[in-house]
Amino acid sequence: MFTNIGEFLPFILQGLTITVQAFLFGAALAYSIAIVAGLARTSKLAIVRVIATIFVELFRGTSLLVQMFFFAFVFPSLAPFTISTFLAGGLALGFNYGAYASEVVRGAVLAVPEGQKEAAISLNMSNFQRMRLVILPQAFRIMLPGIGNNSIELLKGTSLVYFISLADMTYRADILRGANTALSDQVEIYTYLLFTYFVIALPLVFLTRWLEKQASKGVSTA
Amino acid sequence: MTEEAREETVETPGEDNANTIVSYKNVKKAFGDTVVLNDLNLNVNQGEKVALIGPSGSGKTTIIRMLMTLEQPTEGTIEVDGEMLWHKEVKGEFVPADEKHLRKVRGSIGMVFQQYNLFPHMTIMRNCTEAPVHVLGVDKNEAKARAQEMLDKVGLGDKVDQYPAQLSGGQQQRVAIARSLVMQPKVMLFDEVTAALDPELVGEVLEVLKDIASEGDTTMMIITHEMEFARDVADHVLFLDNGKIAEQGHPRNVLENPQSERLQSFLGRFIETN
Amino acid sequence: MTWDWEFAFEVFPDIISAIGITIGATVAAYFISLTLGLVLTLLRRSSFKPLSLLIAGVIEFIRMTPPLVQLFFVYFAFDMSPFVTGAIVLGVHYATYVSEVYRSGIEAVPSSQWEASKALNFSRAQTWQKVVLPQAIPPVIPMLGNYLIVLFKETPLLSGIYVLEMLAVAQQIGSDTYRFLEPVTIVGFLFLVLSYPSALFIRYLEKRSGKLPGSAEKGVKT
Repeated sequence: MFTNIGEFLPFILQGLTITVQAFLFGAALAYSIAIVAGLARTSKLAIVRVIATIFVELFRGTSLLVQMFFFAFVFPSLAPFTISTFLAGGLALGFNYGAYASEVVRGAVLAVPEGQKEAAISLNMSNFQRMRLVILPQAFRIMLPGIGNNSIELLKGTSLVYFISLADMTYRADILRGANTALSDQVEIYTYLLFTYFVIALPLVFLTRWLEKQASKGVSTA
Repeated sequence: MTEEAREETVETPGEDNANTIVSYKNVKKAFGDTVVLNDLNLNVNQGEKVALIGPSGSGKTTIIRMLMTLEQPTEGTIEVDGEMLWHKEVKGEFVPADEKHLRKVRGSIGMVFQQYNLFPHMTIMRNCTEAPVHVLGVDKNEAKARAQEMLDKVGLGDKVDQYPAQLSGGQQQRVAIARSLVMQPKVMLFDEVTAALDPELVGEVLEVLKDIASEGDTTMMIITHEMEFARDVADHVLFLDNGKIAEQGHPRNVLENPQSERLQSFLGRFIETN
Repeated sequence: MTWDWEFAFEVFPDIISAIGITIGATVAAYFISLTLGLVLTLLRRSSFKPLSLLIAGVIEFIRMTPPLVQLFFVYFAFDMSPFVTGAIVLGVHYATYVSEVYRSGIEAVPSSQWEASKALNFSRAQTWQKVVLPQAIPPVIPMLGNYLIVLFKETPLLSGIYVLEMLAVAQQIGSDTYRFLEPVTIVGFLFLVLSYPSALFIRYLEKRSGKLPGSAEKGVKT
């Protein structure tokens, strides 16, 4: 056992590009959505809040895989244009994790003490200046650990693109498994795959720990 | 305004209306069913130092928070420098003010908070230059010079590169005062600015307040539990009780010769503890 | 393609008949998470350093790797039915999250409780059983309940190892008829109507019990 590493591991790693691309695309979309939806949920306008809430609850209330199937199999039959499988997977990842992360953003904005807003008003800052200069810089620090954790979840979530036949690491491992019928080989393949995911998650873990430390600085406690 | 209400107003030293800078007319404030201020009429003159005293829950904080536009009055009007604060005139009728109007009028007001509320993610210098640069559009270097001057004035000119968390409570509060001063407000509000401080740090903050008061031009409304300080600094003392001005006048009269039993017992507490 | 009600009504019974599998897997996995989670928490607090370090390492590894890949690994490494494999893998994966919840509950019990127990000459086991856990667990019940919903939404992964839960059935119908719109939408709808009210109920419990300080950050999926 574990004698085929020279053959199996490189084959799996050919899927690393797709895994990383799906992660980066998903993360970029997710955090853009998270900021927009998270802020929208703290809006003074009821209509903005309602729309954002429906969006967030919809994507939190259904499963990521169901959403991925929707974007990959249902969406093409509805829309007058086609989207690539990669885009379908990326959209599902971005929307789903964006909905979760929007809660992190919302929580962070609400966690900035009311006195900060009042001080900004007393200095006659506009709504926009209050947000940009006072609330968001502090909320950003508060949300960092949550965003770090969310990113680790997102990385794990990229493995679901296997279901829509995107050639990520999990998909490559499945091909390899199909070609190697011995049970011990199959276990070996998935062992390598597990460790590969673990190794690429490690930088995110350390980043999150570091962010947790940063987050404790520069936030008002009053 | 009813004749009766006018009588009451006239009793305050705001007789000379040309000099009035802040004016509350029949102001009522309620949170739900709880009325915290009832039919408040008050004039404050340009340059006047008004001390507000009274038990907690008497409504004194609400008075200045409404002036800072942090709370909206339930009824009545507040004028600052001849302009309605919470209302604006549209075609001869007064309608509730929008954010644009509020921004225009609250430029003449500044406030210092009990909890300092410094911006923790900015250096002391940036705490003091952020608003001048972004709100007033002052040139960055000029804002820095002005901030340096005010920080020197409160005795913290050497702390410009530090962050609020590195300062003591008393120092933070002095920065908060400087931050408010650089905006050059006509009226400055102080909400129990020494209440959150350790006793040994109270003095340094009161000294700064006395300094500002002695310079004369700025109108000050000060909520305080420091009776000696109120007597030294204020031109006029208001005793708030149960959402009403229960007694008011020159500090010597109000503080040394209280008429009502409520004020006597209120002041009695301070004599015992000090 | 437009929505076909007739087709939707035709496939609905097939999909809903799989809901038993979905819920069965959820409940089995949840039971494993709750019990194993507590065991992991206690082992991690062991005063025998090598043991607590080993447990901490295993927890990290499981948390950092995708549950889908864990499913494949266990499916090929052990001779178990797909359903049992699925319940165990999801149960173990989320046990690592649940253990974090227990930990936050235990850490919120004041150390004076331990001292008082010592003063009363309770044994270690008695202290856990009679003093600490009865105080640690009730406040975290809403967060524990949350993971029931999380697990529910993770069950579509089991279609990867041929468990015929709702999404697998929907996909089957889709590939047979080339119509994914109705089956996938129905599955999404069923997930939403079951998970959203439960989520509201949990949030209500959370609000009523008051949040436990510092516990929100680690539980990423809320």
